[in-house]
Amino acid sequence: MVALPRADMTECLSLPKLRLQELIDRLWERNFRVLGPILRNGGVVFDQVRRVADMPVGRREVQQPGRYQLAPGADGEIFGVVNGPGSLKPSFFAPEEALLAIRRAPRGFSVDEVIPEAPRLAVLGVRACDLAALAVQDRIFLHDRFRDTHYATRREAALLIAVNCTRSATTCFCVSMQTGPAATQGYDLVLTEVDDAFVVRIGSAAGEAIVADLQLAVADAGAVGDAEARVAACAAGMQRRLDTSDLPQLLYDEVENPRWADVAQRCLSCTNCTMVCPTCFCHTVVDVTAIDGAVSHRVRQWDSCFSHEHAHIHGKNFRPHIRDRYRQWLTHKLASWIDQFGTSGCVGCGRCITWCPVGIDLTEEVAAIRAQRSSGSAK
Amino acid sequence: MTPYQMHPARIIEVRIEAESIYTYVMRFIDPEVRKAYRFVPGQFNMLYAYGVGEVPISIVSDPAEPTRLEHAIRTAGRVTSVMTQWKVGDVVGVRGPYGNGWPMDAARGREVIIVTGGLGCAPVVGVINYIFRRRDQYGALHILHGVKTPNDLLYRERFDAWRLHPRTTVYLTADHPDKSWRYRTGVVSDLFDQLRVDPSAIVMMCGPEVMMRYGVRALVQKGISEDAIYLSMERHMKCAVGVCGHCQFGPQFVCKDGPVFPYPAVKRWFGASGI
Repeated sequence: MVALPRADMTECLSLPKLRLQELIDRLWERNFRVLGPILRNGGVVFDQVRRVADMPVGRREVQQPGRYQLAPGADGEIFGVVNGPGSLKPSFFAPEEALLAIRRAPRGFSVDEVIPEAPRLAVLGVRACDLAALAVQDRIFLHDRFRDTHYATRREAALLIAVNCTRSATTCFCVSMQTGPAATQGYDLVLTEVDDAFVVRIGSAAGEAIVADLQLAVADAGAVGDAEARVAACAAGMQRRLDTSDLPQLLYDEVENPRWADVAQRCLSCTNCTMVCPTCFCHTVVDVTAIDGAVSHRVRQWDSCFSHEHAHIHGKNFRPHIRDRYRQWLTHKLASWIDQFGTSGCVGCGRCITWCPVGIDLTEEVAAIRAQRSSGSAK
Repeated sequence: MTPYQMHPARIIEVRIEAESIYTYVMRFIDPEVRKAYRFVPGQFNMLYAYGVGEVPISIVSDPAEPTRLEHAIRTAGRVTSVMTQWKVGDVVGVRGPYGNGWPMDAARGREVIIVTGGLGCAPVVGVINYIFRRRDQYGALHILHGVKTPNDLLYRERFDAWRLHPRTTVYLTADHPDKSWRYRTGVVSDLFDQLRVDPSAIVMMCGPEVMMRYGVRALVQKGISEDAIYLSMERHMKCAVGVCGHCQFGPQFVCKDGPVFPYPAVKRWFGASGI
């Protein structure tokens, strides 16, 4: 749903925690498929939620470079886990999907767009960094020269119920990227978890319609103040920082910085960072032909600038070394993205740090590049 | 509509240009698509072979006849090796045109220097033919082409024919000539020694990046301004509209911001390896 401009939302509502199930039920009744944070293979991803208990209630996670572990959290805390490897990206930009069906005909072939099946999604527990990442992907798939049908069909039907972060993982740096921890745009509703209730703000007409069903009471000033204080404390306590003051210029100037060779010694070029990144949009298109040859599908798949084939053309690979690929990824993410789309490609979610098998931390790499810069005042 | 939407086109003519290089002439089957299609020299189409894949290929025909599209294809990889088996009557997929094309308006009234290297260079064949068809609109034309060995010189007859045009000079050079070689020896930038150019000339360059790098240096030494030098770049492409991410060169998407760039737009990254 398209969020309204940030309207006058002086009034907050209160959703008792015990009534969160009602909210989920209303969404299903309104023919939304409800996604929320669920535990899978030891990590949190967004997937189908029917019951509050489907979510990792009472759990938190410990995140460090190359490390992710679930831990006991506060009793009854519903959104205690900040994030996991699964962003919202796969819900809208599918990891693999057919775009075109090309069918052999007596004289040639016909070309038909494969219209995606798109259940209306309502996503519960979307973080501010996730919303920022969606806005980044919207610029690529909706607001650039072409509007991508497949992305648009899912994206524009979706209802987003955000949760303001009241704790951060050690890998989070959304404050530096100015994307969080409070959700400021792109949501239909935003919840802030306090002791036994959620303080609810409305972000769109669609969000308003959902809470109208629930007939919520106005939140009292104490609860609103508590919610604001928790989010402010989360922001103040965030440890990791990325200095963006000299970007994009720093990375443009430092094409030959010795740090690129250093990080290439550690990077496995495994593509994990690009798979968990909520904004990475690189993809390839492959042809999948039926065994009888009657139909061939053009299928889009996520790709990565760390893959060997990414910059490969007949007989030449423009980025043969890991150094070239890490430099491309980091420079694109933090610098050239700004020239291309008017925004950084990084939202500070920290996933690439946690899910890097060798714990490469982009905030540390940028600092090291800056410390070893070849030009400018720091020389 | 998905940006990958393509339209069937029929091959109406095939010409062999050299060993493993063919020119295919094609027309969109849908008359509406045919009628709406326009392009400029230096733009490219994504061509599709059924069940095999798509590749970006320059349009070499004249934009005055947009219903008749010519593409020169050289067997290079998996997809083009299937394409070079296309026959008259075959139906292929086409989407485009993409990219910005050569600066034909900026070039009007000026001397034009075309510098190419390597195996054939489809993007400049189109522009050379374009200028010959509008000869009075452009100044003197200098065509400089470098190859590694004489065997790499494709279109030899075409170069010989071009040099017969008025106000046209053609310079050929080979790094490693043999006894049959009648032209110069050396790399393409060496050709600039004998070239007398107007400082207001415009340059269009296409070929290996190392050749273009030396070419730019030699031209600047001759007094040509960097912003009068245009380069056609090549990169891996899947989408041709700036969303698949493959063709990035610094902040530029070669597909939509190029493939033709004024040299200052790519200068920062041009000398570095692995960009």
